[in-house]
Amino acid sequence: MMTMVLPLAAAAGEDVNPLLPHTAEIIFAFVFLILLAIAFAKVVVPKFEKAYADRTQAIEGGMEDAKQAQAEAKAALEKYNAQLANARQEAAKIREDAREQGAQIIAEMREQANAEAERIVTHARTQIDAERAQAVASLRREVGTMATTLASRIVGESLEDEARQRRTVERFLAELEESESARQAVGTDR
Amino acid sequence: MTAGVPTEFIAPGPQSFDTPPIINGVDWFTKPVLVSMLTVVVIVWFYWAASRKSAIVPSRLQFAGELGYNFVRNSIARDAIGSQEYMKYVPYLCGLFYFILLNNVAATIPLIQFPTFSHIGWAYSAAILSWIIYNAVGIRKHGLWGYFKHQTMPAGVPWWLMPLMIPIEFISNIVVRPISLSLRLFANMFAGHILLLVFVLGADYLVFESGKVLLAGVGVVTFLMGLAIAGLELFVQCIQAYIFVVLTAQYIGSAIAEDH
Repeated sequence: MMTMVLPLAAAAGEDVNPLLPHTAEIIFAFVFLILLAIAFAKVVVPKFEKAYADRTQAIEGGMEDAKQAQAEAKAALEKYNAQLANARQEAAKIREDAREQGAQIIAEMREQANAEAERIVTHARTQIDAERAQAVASLRREVGTMATTLASRIVGESLEDEARQRRTVERFLAELEESESARQAVGTDR
Repeated sequence: MTAGVPTEFIAPGPQSFDTPPIINGVDWFTKPVLVSMLTVVVIVWFYWAASRKSAIVPSRLQFAGELGYNFVRNSIARDAIGSQEYMKYVPYLCGLFYFILLNNVAATIPLIQFPTFSHIGWAYSAAILSWIIYNAVGIRKHGLWGYFKHQTMPAGVPWWLMPLMIPIEFISNIVVRPISLSLRLFANMFAGHILLLVFVLGADYLVFESGKVLLAGVGVVTFLMGLAIAGLELFVQCIQAYIFVVLTAQYIGSAIAEDH
């Protein structure tokens, strides 16, 4: 009665040796493993490695670009600094030139003014000299005449009274003054 | 099967791994074959879709694919083989890792629930393939005699120890490695599956067929233990895939290393 409940497989499997392989399974295992190795070698590995290489490239490329940009910025800064220094130098030079020029102009002007002043003074002096010489000459000429005229008058009205005498002198002097002023007016006109 | 008469409990054993053909008459088309086919399709589809665009800024799918690919590429292949030559072996190691991982984890997925590698043929094939590869690259790099010398005569050992060292090293490096690789993976999957069967079938028997209330209560506890074991198994399934591929990578690394 008890043997009846034995499962079917048990009866058949009493002498199963688990260490003995099935031929079909050996072959399938070889085929599957080689197939997988080929699939990985031909498809998966190249694709993944390409992705890794691209990634590395992208990162390194990015770093390269950044480095280049940095170098460019540095170069631009240097150029700018150089230009700035140039401009400063130029400005300083221009300022210096302007100062020099200004000083020169002032000196020239001063010289010119001096020369002008001197010229005016010299001119005035020569004029004065000339006028003085003229005055002296005319004075000298007229003093003689006046002296002669005065002497003749004194002699002419010889001895009238003292009052008359005084009047005569005064008249003479007044005439003299008049003629003097008239001559002077003529002199300045000239 | 009369009520009240307890039926005998049949413990799960090697016979539990007998998978009949899915289609009658097509003997080779069994459950592990179907499951492993599906895993191949899933792996190829997922990685094809994830790597298709190879974008600099990855999509979510590509990011997930890169995560999985990088794990094998960097944490397994590069660390074990060295950054000079590891890229050549990445395709095989990737395929191997995800093939073992998915087939192992399939044992936890409802409706599949069968570890492909509990059939030892799969483990043999994977181990032999790894064995062929690491020996081939070693021989190509050092020459046949150079490679044997490299693998069997460790540097710094006095000459009079060589008669002892050479056989030991030969057996451990050339002979035992494929056996240990395949048996470790197979045995873990096999034992894990049996353990689960014991707990789940045992719980089923205790609850529904023992006919005793006390035993039924024990059965409930047994079932809960079975769930915990399933969680543990999920962990073991991942670890075993990792170990298999790490060891393969290390064997390749030691085979092409300059000095022993």
